Amino acid sequence: MDNTSKFIEIQKAEMVFHTSKGTFHALRDINLNVKKGEFVTLIGHSGCGKSTLLNLIAGLLTATDGTLLCANREIAGPGPERAVVFQNHSLLPWLTCYENVYLAVERVFGATEGKARLKERTKAALALVGLAHAEQKRPHEISGGMKQRVGIARALSMEPKVLLMDEPFGALDALTRAHLQDELLKIVAKTESTVVMVTHDVDEAVLLSDRIVMMTNGPAATIGDIVHVRLDRPRDRVALAHDPLYIEYRSAVLEFLYHRQAHPAAMKDAA
Amino acid sequence: MSAVMDNVLNKPVEPVSESPPKKMNSHAETRMQGARPVTAATVRKASLKPFFLAVLPPILGLALLVLVWEIVAAKSSGFPSPMVTLEHAIKLFSDPFYQKGPNDQGIGWNLWSSLKRVGTGFGMAALVGIPLGFMIGRFKFLAGMFNPIVSLLKPVSPLAWLPIGLLVFKAANPAAIWAIFICSIWPMIINTAVGVQRVPQDYMNVAKVLNLSEWKIVTKILFPSVLPYMLTGVRLAIGTAWLVIVAAEMLTGGVGIGFWVWDEWNNLNVPHIIIAIVVIGVVGLLLEQALVAIAKAFTYEEVRS
Repeated sequence: MDNTSKFIEIQKAEMVFHTSKGTFHALRDINLNVKKGEFVTLIGHSGCGKSTLLNLIAGLLTATDGTLLCANREIAGPGPERAVVFQNHSLLPWLTCYENVYLAVERVFGATEGKARLKERTKAALALVGLAHAEQKRPHEISGGMKQRVGIARALSMEPKVLLMDEPFGALDALTRAHLQDELLKIVAKTESTVVMVTHDVDEAVLLSDRIVMMTNGPAATIGDIVHVRLDRPRDRVALAHDPLYIEYRSAVLEFLYHRQAHPAAMKDAA
Repeated sequence: MSAVMDNVLNKPVEPVSESPPKKMNSHAETRMQGARPVTAATVRKASLKPFFLAVLPPILGLALLVLVWEIVAAKSSGFPSPMVTLEHAIKLFSDPFYQKGPNDQGIGWNLWSSLKRVGTGFGMAALVGIPLGFMIGRFKFLAGMFNPIVSLLKPVSPLAWLPIGLLVFKAANPAAIWAIFICSIWPMIINTAVGVQRVPQDYMNVAKVLNLSEWKIVTKILFPSVLPYMLTGVRLAIGTAWLVIVAAEMLTGGVGIGFWVWDEWNNLNVPHIIIAIVVIGVVGLLLEQALVAIAKAFTYEEVRS
């Protein structure tokens, strides 16, 4: 019970970077719980520390202070139960799409399952993102959208408890992005994944999320407000465009981003 | 020939091709390919001009060299003309593998002895230097330990190590191999270490998130992404080794192209010295080109199809 309502639990997390130019207080007093099967997006202006927060959950960074738990266990480092989809896909260029996914599958299931089953899992993950036909291609032979899908396949193939996505569609053109968002919605519905996603696209946030976590401007950024998106699933982007609720959520996020958090410089003075 | 020259002259320190993370705009490429409709006539004209531009300058350059040589030979008494040298060369290469005692062997044997020494010393340097470079690049502690040693010893002429080799091995041949080992090991260590340190953080993040074992990190991420740097190190090393062997053999004697040059100087056989210079140059060029070809074959790029 506790496990499902507080699947990811962040309490009073602080992040201070010590660089050669001095210290930088990136995040302060972050409190956030993510339910099992929930889709949460982190949104905010660039430099607000949303990627830092995601990296904390991924375990790529260690919080200076505070508690971070995933399934009641402290996040001490990166692990395959928290798969990450990187903004720039981060596929290894010398491996084929199949081999890129297989690397992850082998790591997670290699100790317990046979070769045939690993192969099956790899193929299933590529089929899930609609890339069964491109499994023998290398990353440079496929489009940006396809690369990102392989990245998602690699993450999903590990059957992670949480899928962490760092602006996964940021580098794609608008049409490809919309297409991948729709596919992601279908995949998440099918796999019932818990997702934390960083974005700076308001429409993307409203379309995909159960909750939108809006962050204040840095330095010492924190969670400014949270919007609960109570739209029925499955969601259809065309129908939603005229939905008054959708428009309301969208304006709430826009209001936060462009009125309440409009001027990073002014905010700095206030802090 | 022009491509060969380009490769030799241009930026010898950089890897042969771009390192893996380079992105390529595939749209731009397709646009460029489809941009200009070409007729048969323009193709013929266009293909002839670059051909002449590629072939003519090197031929002119070589002709100029021979001309200067001819003038110098005509002005001085001891210097052989190109024709005299060519005659000597034809005689020399008609029987490259004769053996008349330890100090009088064909140029083929001399060359072969030198190549064997370079191969042995260079191979051992690769066996030691490349793994060492990997470890120095991977572990900061080891880098801290070895950096001062490498920085201190790298500028030392490898010939300064020759007496140490003679002292330890008590023979000329292993001492020459030792000098080759010393001169080839630095570029391999340094380039491998730099390559490991320059592995894109994205790939290392993938390794971290997947929690890959050290073995998998080395074989699946580090090795392929370091390979271009490593091969650059190997290429620099073989160039230096080939430079050093001539000098080392002049000092140690025995059979070898370097000793042969010195021996012919003692015989005052200047045409043979000139032939040796050309042969050394050609062999060095071939070694370098072979390694460039290997480097190209093993470089993983996003751009390549």
